[in-house]
Amino acid sequence: MKKLLILGAGTGGTIMANKMRKLLERDEWEITIVDQYKTHYYQPGFLFMPFGYYNKHDVVKPKTSFIPFGVNVIFREIERIDAASNSVHLKDGTNLRYDFLIIATGTRTAPEETPGLMGPLWHKQIFDFYTYEGASALAGFFKTWKGKELVLNIADMPIKCPVAPLEFVMFADAFFTERNLRNDVNITYVTPLSGAFTKPRASKVLGELLVQKNINIVPDFYMERVDNDKKAIISYDEREIPFDCLITVPVHKGDPVIGRSGLGDEMDFVKADKYTLQQIEFPNVFVIGDAGNFPTSKAGSVVHFQADVLTENLMCAIEDRPLTEKFDGHSNCYIETGFGKGALIDFNYDTEPLPGSFPFPGIGPFGLLKETRTNHYGKLMFRWIYWHILLKGKEMPIDSKMTMAGKKM
Amino acid sequence: MAQKVIAGISVDVNDEGYMTDRTQWTKDIAREIAREEGIELTEKHYSVIEFLREKQAKGETLTIRSVGTSGFIDIKGFYQLFPGAPMKKAAKISGIPKPASCV
Repeated sequence: MKKLLILGAGTGGTIMANKMRKLLERDEWEITIVDQYKTHYYQPGFLFMPFGYYNKHDVVKPKTSFIPFGVNVIFREIERIDAASNSVHLKDGTNLRYDFLIIATGTRTAPEETPGLMGPLWHKQIFDFYTYEGASALAGFFKTWKGKELVLNIADMPIKCPVAPLEFVMFADAFFTERNLRNDVNITYVTPLSGAFTKPRASKVLGELLVQKNINIVPDFYMERVDNDKKAIISYDEREIPFDCLITVPVHKGDPVIGRSGLGDEMDFVKADKYTLQQIEFPNVFVIGDAGNFPTSKAGSVVHFQADVLTENLMCAIEDRPLTEKFDGHSNCYIETGFGKGALIDFNYDTEPLPGSFPFPGIGPFGLLKETRTNHYGKLMFRWIYWHILLKGKEMPIDSKMTMAGKKM
Repeated sequence: MAQKVIAGISVDVNDEGYMTDRTQWTKDIAREIAREEGIELTEKHYSVIEFLREKQAKGETLTIRSVGTSGFIDIKGFYQLFPGAPMKKAAKISGIPKPASCV
């Protein structure tokens, strides 16, 4: 039997298990997926939890519900990938040999990288919303908080879903307005970028939205440490911003197993070809999603588009043909802007987010780079699509390659 | 592709003023771009610039954190040399593309 091994049963690993089980003959190929945790989180839902819009049942399901029949599941911790000898060692001493390997170990937040962040105020007045625990703790805190300084800080790039921090402050604006507390809550968005977002046109549109909503932006702020006594964040060039409630988007790193295995960069992201998704040294190792050092958003939509490319290229590699598919960096993000509206951006490695309509030119129903009610419903609908279509690797009516149709230059 | 005359030499730049052909770069060009950014270059600056150009030539991803953990210079020192936005300013002065890490 030949063996396909998948590390990580998150979005990328689960989709690939579903796609590959359909394509590879059961009497020739054994597929195994390894993960240390049994719970699958709908991570886009974490944004909704602090405001009470979603609860536990909306974002938590068992991983096994989404892994197809005919795939072995091992819930154990990985010690090391030994790519030179085509094997993976688990913590308990088990050794798994493979013919092809998919690394889908994702990214994690590393608040320990910033001195003082996990100090006495952690989960009391300092919260992250990129973990289930952080989002839940913040939901409790917001129930009774009356102000005043609400500061959101992004510690460094890259981060998962670069629009989520923007959505957070816009949700906060709506949430405190609805509670008649907006005059008592001053919202400040502190970012290491030079503006609201990474790409020029989207940065301008989104930056103007923040101004309209009376949200302050502090750009080019690179956080060095948190002073728990002063309740302030301090940058490397000694600027200070005081807070009563700090929302942190901590430094992101790849899984430690990547570093231990010598396959990653200094942040433990796997070094891989951004077009073919193949690891740069080992042709039988492929990478999908947040685990890679791809210069695109770390987001579920990217994983979904990469899955089509990876499926094709993996089949090429298995059949000993040249790799035919290229990932173009396609990313597609709904952006909640509060008060029942949303925006949408669609872009790739070379094309920044542009205005227009999506997915059908001139018709939509979604509007690109503008606030509409339909975009908001698109985001809400997406949760159902995620659990029922996306994870199971079923067809979606959106091409993995970005198209210029419907976009205005 | 836009052209710009820097230190008497015509070089290719993008719309944000970053040089697009690293082979056109000279120390004189670096000095002039630095002046536009309000920085007077010292030997320490040049050693960081050389370091960044080498890293970039190897195709490595450059971020403030990766420079700061390289052992060559710490983040505080990097900020002192290129105040405000060290990675962006240093890249511009070094004649290498704006780091693509901020996606």
